[in-house]
Amino acid sequence: MCDCKQIDLTPLDPVLNAAQNGSGNLIAILQKTQELYGYLPMDAIYYIAQKTGCSPAKVLGVATFYAQFRLQPVGKHLIMLCKGTACHVNGADRMEKAISEYLGIHDGETTPDGLFTLKQVACLGCCSLSPVMMIGDEAYGSLTPEKAISILKDYQRKEGLAV
Amino acid sequence: MNKLKIIVGEGSCGIAAGAGKVYDELQALLQPGENLSLGITGCIGMCFLEPIVDIRDENKELIRRLVHVHPEDAKTIVSALRSGDLSQLDGLTIQDEDAAFLSAQTRIALRRCGIIDPNSIDEYLADGGYEALKKVLTTMTPEQVIEEIKISGLAGRGGAGFPTWFKWNAARQSEGTEKYLICNADEGDPGAFMDRAVIESDPHDLIEGMLIAAYAIGAQECVVYVRAEYPLAIVRLRHAVEQATAMGLLGQHIMGMDFSCTVRIKEGAGAFVCGEETALIASLEGERGMPRLKPPFPAQKGYHQKPSNINNVETLANVAWIMANGGEKFAAMGTENSKGTKVFALTGKIRRGGLVEIPMGQTLRHVIFDIGGGIRDGKQFKAVQLGGPSGGCIPEQLLDTQIDYKALTATGAIMGSGGMVVMDESTCMVGMARFFLEFTTRESCGKCVHCRLGTRRMLDILIRITEGEGQPGDIELLEELCAAVKDGALCGLGQTAPNPVQTTIRYFRDEYEAHINDKKCPAKECAALLQYSIDPAKCKGCTACARKCPAGAIAGQVKQTHTIDPAKCIRCGQCLATCKFGAINVG
Repeated sequence: MCDCKQIDLTPLDPVLNAAQNGSGNLIAILQKTQELYGYLPMDAIYYIAQKTGCSPAKVLGVATFYAQFRLQPVGKHLIMLCKGTACHVNGADRMEKAISEYLGIHDGETTPDGLFTLKQVACLGCCSLSPVMMIGDEAYGSLTPEKAISILKDYQRKEGLAV
Repeated sequence: MNKLKIIVGEGSCGIAAGAGKVYDELQALLQPGENLSLGITGCIGMCFLEPIVDIRDENKELIRRLVHVHPEDAKTIVSALRSGDLSQLDGLTIQDEDAAFLSAQTRIALRRCGIIDPNSIDEYLADGGYEALKKVLTTMTPEQVIEEIKISGLAGRGGAGFPTWFKWNAARQSEGTEKYLICNADEGDPGAFMDRAVIESDPHDLIEGMLIAAYAIGAQECVVYVRAEYPLAIVRLRHAVEQATAMGLLGQHIMGMDFSCTVRIKEGAGAFVCGEETALIASLEGERGMPRLKPPFPAQKGYHQKPSNINNVETLANVAWIMANGGEKFAAMGTENSKGTKVFALTGKIRRGGLVEIPMGQTLRHVIFDIGGGIRDGKQFKAVQLGGPSGGCIPEQLLDTQIDYKALTATGAIMGSGGMVVMDESTCMVGMARFFLEFTTRESCGKCVHCRLGTRRMLDILIRITEGEGQPGDIELLEELCAAVKDGALCGLGQTAPNPVQTTIRYFRDEYEAHINDKKCPAKECAALLQYSIDPAKCKGCTACARKCPAGAIAGQVKQTHTIDPAKCIRCGQCLATCKFGAINVG
């Protein structure tokens, strides 16, 4: 069915049992699934389809419609680079270029060492601190390309990498 | 000495600026039993000054407002308050001209934001909270509530500006006993964050507004569709719902009356199109959020095929105030066809950015220059973008336009949900149109061909223009596509997607022409159109640029003038950033 490594689907059972009216709660089920695994594994998509009585196509259709869901695992640190209007006006493209060049990845990609995933987001809602990025739950504002790189280096140092 | 309270502003903006660390530091310094206490509040809307710490006395009067507070300032704050020598805080205290940002506003939807503790229902009750609901439930019929909203002239603050009473009345008149009140808190417009601020800072005001609306239309359940990207708002709203339920303000027989209603929170999963009512309902039902044909309108067949009424957060945040103060008082503010106040998220190249709530009818110039302090870094104003991806760019000559639904629509922009992004001379207007089309192309649900393919083709043309490949006739082709997409799209997303392109062509056609005909970007933002050269008079021959150039495009001997080979230059700007003598020209 899929060439990804076998995953344990038992943690999904309580989620599926708690959701009455299966298909009506599809988004909530997928959100909880992503919380459990960090992404939506294909096996989980098929399992949800089977348990809710939806077709796998429908579950995958919903999963791919919304920006929140991802079908690939993410790196240890998820970099959410804000590309909202205020950030755009204040130079978000330059941050993206600098981060992409430094880490060697583009939007949606993960570094080979599995440390960072870069994701553009529409708006983080801290427009007055623009340009902004979030790494995990931490927001970094008033960025310059140099500042963005130095923040990434701090993370790399904490992971024991020589930078 | 009076008992003083230190209040840290913990909205998302404040936390992003470091308010959480300031709070932790203060907490570590305070000792139990002393005359100082510590608390939090939501977002006061002065984002440019975050983190903000207020000192209030026991009557909640503001003694000092401290701004740009760092964790290391905590010691100074505590020692000043303990000693009573507040002059130690002068360096941290807000400047008068910054304080004017707030005093120039008229706050209704934001009236408690940044004042009360959003986690405390007691503070909300002490400030007259749930009094409006009590008045409504004990003295008014649903029809009277709708009439009062009609008198107030309240219109949808999410963007469309549809009269609120009309929607309520349609849902009220719809047959059936099972009805829903849905709150649209899926603030998807990049650059707008007032709904988040209301939920994070005054969640009970939203609940009270929803309950009054639910009573008016005859709903037994309220559903809040909130962006999952707003985790703090969700936590605070959940907490508020629990508190209200525990006090009998939600649930069966509210306040002992014959009115029962609950509030449920649904997290959206990130799709701009879900701001459209029928798409939002599809998403609530667990489907792909795609709009459908109207009629039937949600007021007839909405959530679970039952009559439903959908209002935006800011709209509902006005309701309790209107019921408490009367519709006439609300209608006394504003213009002939736009009543009350509107909240704007003022951002971009502005000196003082944040949330601004002002009566309708004031001018854009007043908001940007008098309240926002104008453009920062001494640059020139170029345009203001209103209404996000559905709106348009308004140029300098139209800055005296009144904030009024009709007047703004006449400019080609829209009132929208209240994003107000200010741009200066260094912002390329073609690039701005490209930016919004990138957004709408990505967010188009794909249902209508005109929207799905039309926005894509427009984006292709805009990319080509900004990369120096523009062709004669591109502007006319864009205009044709704009008209076609407007006509051919089912929902608001597609119908308004051409607005950013149309307004930039209308007001900044010369910039398009410069890109296409002269291969120049007047704002010097489009990298592909820039020409780098070295000013021989300023070049000292230090070789720094030549060593930095990744393309090997700079030649020259030590202490002799260097030159850039345009054929090799990749326009990365490294030389410009490296040169200490200002010798690199960009044209």
